[in-house]
This record gives sequence, structure tokens and C-alpha cells, in this order.
Amino acid sequence: MDLSRRSFLKATTVGGAVALGFDLSRARAEVREFKISRTTETRSICPYCAVSCGVIVHTLGDRSKNATPAVVHIEGDPDHPISRGSLCPKGITLKDDINNPARLKSPKVRRPGSDHWEEISWDEAISGIARHLKDTRDRTFVAKNAKGQVVNRTPGIAMIGGCTDTNEFNFLQWKAISAWGVPYRDSQARV
Amino acid sequence: MAQTLEIKRSSASMWGSHTGIRTSPTVAKYIDTTTCIGCKACEAACQEWNDLRRVPHQQIGTYQTLPELHADFWNLIRFKEQEVNGDFNWLMRKDQCMHCADPGCLAACPAPGAIVQYENGIVDVNQDKCIGCGYCATGCPFDVPKFHAKGGKMAKCTLCVDRVEVGLEPACIKACPTGCLNFGTKEDMVALGNTRVKALQANGFKDAVLYDPQGVGGTSVVTVLKYDKPEWYKLPADPHVGLLVRAWKNVLRPLGVVAAAAAVIGTFAHFATYGPKVPPEDRDDASSGSGR
Repeated sequence: MDLSRRSFLKATTVGGAVALGFDLSRARAEVREFKISRTTETRSICPYCAVSCGVIVHTLGDRSKNATPAVVHIEGDPDHPISRGSLCPKGITLKDDINNPARLKSPKVRRPGSDHWEEISWDEAISGIARHLKDTRDRTFVAKNAKGQVVNRTPGIAMIGGCTDTNEFNFLQWKAISAWGVPYRDSQARV
Repeated sequence: MAQTLEIKRSSASMWGSHTGIRTSPTVAKYIDTTTCIGCKACEAACQEWNDLRRVPHQQIGTYQTLPELHADFWNLIRFKEQEVNGDFNWLMRKDQCMHCADPGCLAACPAPGAIVQYENGIVDVNQDKCIGCGYCATGCPFDVPKFHAKGGKMAKCTLCVDRVEVGLEPACIKACPTGCLNFGTKEDMVALGNTRVKALQANGFKDAVLYDPQGVGGTSVVTVLKYDKPEWYKLPADPHVGLLVRAWKNVLRPLGVVAAAAAVIGTFAHFATYGPKVPPEDRDDASSGSGR
């Protein structure tokens, strides 16, 4: 090794300065990487209240066959005409609602007289509801009132629409329950 | 990821990566405390974006989430019940890192590169280089950096530098439903603040001010206050970087380095001049008693 007197002194000085706590190299701190740069973005509506703010759900992976998506981040949808990207504290923490272990992921039913909820399939749930609707309507249908006027009511049923239902969904819902003759009805479209 | 933000200043370092080739405008947050409704969406958004742990809530007799900022809670809305001329006033203020132009934390930090100030004014803790000594907390006039017991490092608001770097606004700003938060260049935010202050003054709040303390060179968080009483909002009236911090970094430390170097050089000079130490029995003239 060819070590000249000059380079020895240089190395000693630099080494000494570093040892004494001066960083002589150019600082290169790296910013934490943008964590959602390649997540899949899915538009949705916040389920909490009647305002129905737009949210973008960020899931792992690019929807490839072998990638199992998981919700990693949720934030406001800037293109949504109502909220324009903003969200309330409940909406901004939707990720925890979705990933909550207590979240219901399948229909459950508590049969008459039973003391517990049992898990059923969606097919079972839908056909069960249809059966109950038909039976209740047949049992309680009022074709004419006391004065003999035609009313075609089904007073044995009431219907409440959810807050995240779209206008289009509410329109169909009202058409359907009107056809059944249900007089007790309410939906978020009224708000 | 290639670094796109140049570093203007770096703690305990001779220079940053400042080449002066690329420039970027100073960014700032605008906080209008008069239209804040205390919904805490910004708090939740901050926790979500930065993947911070939940901090056990402490009931302190107000709606405030925690008594103070926490290493796992970088954005705190303070709820202050203040009596003004016999009337009750509920003052809210978003407490977070102020991102000073002349940061006391950076001046106090002894770990090279642990606290950096980017070209756009954001002051960030680089946890890779942080040694967790807590000097930044001492140097900060706003008492912002907090020690993370589990990680053994300091932690504070980053002004969402990972979002700002790719051109997005910080998470808290985006979430705010009332629009009392805004984000943009410092110039625009100061202009927005001045407009709001004028509007407040015209509407009966004669004392309304824009809090942008010049003692720390201005901050990248400008706050509209309804009353010119920063202490009501738990803000220092005239924050400065401590004199001891300055003296230590600018005077004592260089002096110490010079002294240490002088000692080394002196030893060498002594050796070169007088040669190695000779035990008394080896000396030619033992009787003189002054041999070296």
C-alpha cells in the first residue's frame, strides 16, 4: 500500500472529525415510501350516515389471480360531489371497521323461540325472507277498508332503507314495496 | 426510492444534500381555529395514514383525546374552555409539529442526519439515525417531539412528507370536513390566513391574528387565532430556540473539537520536538533531574 504523508494526514483529519461527531458525507435521508402507490383503488360509499361520503378503498395487490386482496387503507374520494375527499373520524377509520374481527360476514338468523343466532347461507336467507314476506302478506292483506273502498294494503310489513342506498336503489325499493302494498316505509332518499 | 427532495439542513452535519440545482416552494398547512368544530377527523386520519398504534385514552374532564401529544399520537386537537369578557368560549387548536424555518430540534440534535429539513421546509425525524436521546424535545419551543418507548426513537408529525413528496396533501388536511384546514405553498397559506383574519376583524373579532412566529423564522403551520392571546391556545407568545442550544452547537462544540484536535496535534508536536520519553535510569545525565 502506497501511503504518502499527505494522504495519511488527510485520512487522520477526516477520521478525527468523524470520530468527534461531524458527519462529513452528504446527507441522504430517504423519505418513507408512498405506501399506496400500487394498491388497487376501489370506489365505495361510507356506510355510516346519510351524507354518504365517497371513499376509495385501497387493497393489496393488482387483482391478479394469485393475489389475495386485503384492505390496507381508506381515504376520501376527491371526485365525489358530496364530500370532495373529506371524511369524518368515523369514515376515515373505516379500515378498522372492515378488518374488525367482530364484523358480520354472512347472514345469521335467530329462529322463533331460539336463544342463539345461527349462520345460514345467502340463498337460504333470501329464500327465507321471500317466504316470510309472501306468508305475511297473504295473512294480513287488506283489499278493502271498512267503507268498502279498495286500498290493497299490507299493514303487517314495514320497510326501512339503509343509509348507503343509492337513489336508484331506493327508487327500485319503493317500487317493489309499493307493489306489495306496504304502507309503512322509509328510506334515506327522503332525507 | 430515489430521493426527490433535497435536504436543506441536517442535524450535526457540515452540510445537507443541498446542491441548489433543484428548487421547490416552501409548503405550509393553514389552520383556522375559528371554524374547527373539534370533530377529530384529522386526528383519526393521522393515525390511519401513519399506521400508529392506539394510545389508551385518558379522561381529563374535556373532550380532548389526550392531555399532550404522544409518540404514537402526532396530531392533537386541544379543547380549551376560556372565559372572554364574562362569556364562555370554546377554543380549539390543532397541536402538532410547527415545522419551523429555524428548527430548535434540529439545532439541538447531536446525531448526524437524525433530523433533517427538506428543501420544501418540512422538518422530519430520520429514525434510522436517531439515537433517542431526547435533546430535540428540549430544543423544541413547542414541546412537540416525543420519545417512543417501544421503538427507542423520537417521533413527531412528518407533515406527511411521503404524501407531499409525490404531490399529495397531508392526510389530516384531506380529511377535514369543515375546510378549516388547508394546504399549499407558504405564500398562499399566509395570504389565505390574512384574508381570514381581515374577515374576522370586520366581524367583531378585533384581536384576530395569524400565528406565524418570526422568532423561529416563521413556521410551515400558520394558525388563525380569534384572540391575540397565544397562551390561551397553549402556544408560546414569542418562541425562540434556546440560547444554550445555540451556544452549545455554535460555540462550545466547535471549541471542544478544536481543543481535542489541539491536544492531538500538541502531542505529536511534543513528540517530534523532544522525542520519546526516556526512563530516568536510561538517561545520560541522571543527576540533572530535568531530563525528559
